[in-house]
Amino acid sequence: MKVKVLCFGITRDILGAFENTIELPEGANVLDLKNQLMQTYSDFHKLSSLQIAVNEEYGDDKQILTEKDEVVLIPPVSGG
Amino acid sequence: MIMSENHINILLTEEVLSLPNCQAFVEEPMVGGIVHFVGTVRNQTKGKTVERLDFEAYKPMAISEMTKIAQQALEKFGVTKIAMHHRIGVLEIGEIPVIIAISSPHRMAAFEACQYCIDTLKETVPIWKKEIFEDGEVWVSATP
Repeated sequence: MKVKVLCFGITRDILGAFENTIELPEGANVLDLKNQLMQTYSDFHKLSSLQIAVNEEYGDDKQILTEKDEVVLIPPVSGG
Repeated sequence: MIMSENHINILLTEEVLSLPNCQAFVEEPMVGGIVHFVGTVRNQTKGKTVERLDFEAYKPMAISEMTKIAQQALEKFGVTKIAMHHRIGVLEIGEIPVIIAISSPHRMAAFEACQYCIDTLKETVPIWKKEIFEDGEVWVSATP
């Protein structure tokens, strides 16, 4: 399946674009996406943390992704 | 569950933030004190001169996370009203990226709730800032 992934902060610099389409096996979960990103882009190993938001909520590693989800990469936040 | 709709004011904007607007929102006859936290852009980090900051946000989620924090603070500390405003875009030294205003019948709850709100905002709200130096730029906290 093709999942649309939006990237903020340093993750946009790593992937090179705000909006990306990532090919994942059917039934892939949040952890699968993280692992695939780590394998494809070695710079992800440098981050202090990486969270994935699914439909505007922090997703846990076991959450299953679908093509309809809004998936967003959340590197360490630094508001305030 | 506290009826929070009229007790919380969240703003995420590219415009200059207004302390008087935050103050006006939290004023109530029943309160005995108002605490403000005003964040400002500092001119250096770890001894290096910062020229400006560039903030961006995942807007819908930033607003929902800020709302959650304010709701938690109302319930946890029993304060009366909370305004939480955050600016995005390019900010120069001395400008204000964040204001939190909290009113309460008693001051201690307002101080504690204010600390809780700013500390939690910095941990969970999807907002990012880039420090811009004379010779480059860095996403704050991205790497250890």
